[in-house]
Amino acid sequence: MTQGEFLNIVMPFKDKVFRLAKRLLVSTEEAEDATQEVLLKLWNNKKKMQEYKNVEAFSMTMTKNFCFDKLKSKQAQNLKIVHSNYEDGNTSLQKQVELNDSVDWVSKIIEELPEQQKMIIQLRDIEEYDFDEIAKMLEMNNTAVRVNLSRARKTIREKLTKTHNYGVK
Amino acid sequence: MVLNNIENLLEKYENGETTLKEEQQLKHYFSQETVAPHLEMYKPMFTYFLGNQQEQFTKDIPLKTKRTFNYKWIAVAAVAVLMLGFYFNQQPNDVGTIEDPQLAFNEVSKALEMISTHFNKGTSTVGYLNEVNKGTATLGYLNEIENTTNIIFKN
Repeated sequence: MTQGEFLNIVMPFKDKVFRLAKRLLVSTEEAEDATQEVLLKLWNNKKKMQEYKNVEAFSMTMTKNFCFDKLKSKQAQNLKIVHSNYEDGNTSLQKQVELNDSVDWVSKIIEELPEQQKMIIQLRDIEEYDFDEIAKMLEMNNTAVRVNLSRARKTIREKLTKTHNYGVK
Repeated sequence: MVLNNIENLLEKYENGETTLKEEQQLKHYFSQETVAPHLEMYKPMFTYFLGNQQEQFTKDIPLKTKRTFNYKWIAVAAVAVLMLGFYFNQQPNDVGTIEDPQLAFNEVSKALEMISTHFNKGTSTVGYLNEVNKGTATLGYLNEIENTTNIIFKN
């Protein structure tokens, strides 16, 4: 397989790999490194790639596992502190800024979710995969995906309602 | 009516029962400028989802093509070097010819004479080989010694 062919396969989902990595690792740099790593691994195993039925799903699973390894390793422990420096910009009165703030809130809320739910929200609501694909990527069964998704969505809504009301009152 | 529909969808959405198409509808609805006041809190959520889809991986991928060294090229290079060697090593073999037959005869006989004298010198030293043969012949007596020692040790 040539570089060109490989890139043709990889290009459509490299952003998705990156976004999933970012969802899990929070830091953009870390996510970029993770994406590179995952794509390189794919490239090095390019001979086996033809055997995989769904390269995209396989890559997502790889990304998940890679990020979990990263999170487990000690060096990632420090990152959590570094990247929780969110601005608390509630003082702004402009509607647009307020909206931006609440969008930031969403990202913060998602960040607080358990890893599993984070990934499911990412894959379903942002990447718009169907349940079977998500189940395959995360190596779970279909109902578990639904249950976790529902829980995650409810949590997000509850927290958003709280902050929203807080803003209004 | 539309609002009713959206509310229904939202409930289904929270239970994880919406299809991708229905979720698209929700996203579309909440990307509008104005939404129903009591649903306002959903707006940032869907805006965030839509916004996050745009994020891209901009770093390039350093694809290293693994260079597997092929040993057959060593063979090719060696052959090339050999060929070049032969090509440049062809020294002029022409040492000239002697036109006059008498002179040529003299030259040849001179050369042959030189060969024969050197040859004889060599053969005279071969004579010493006889001494060596004599020596090996006496070694035969060693067998006798071995026989006797065998007899001794047997008893």
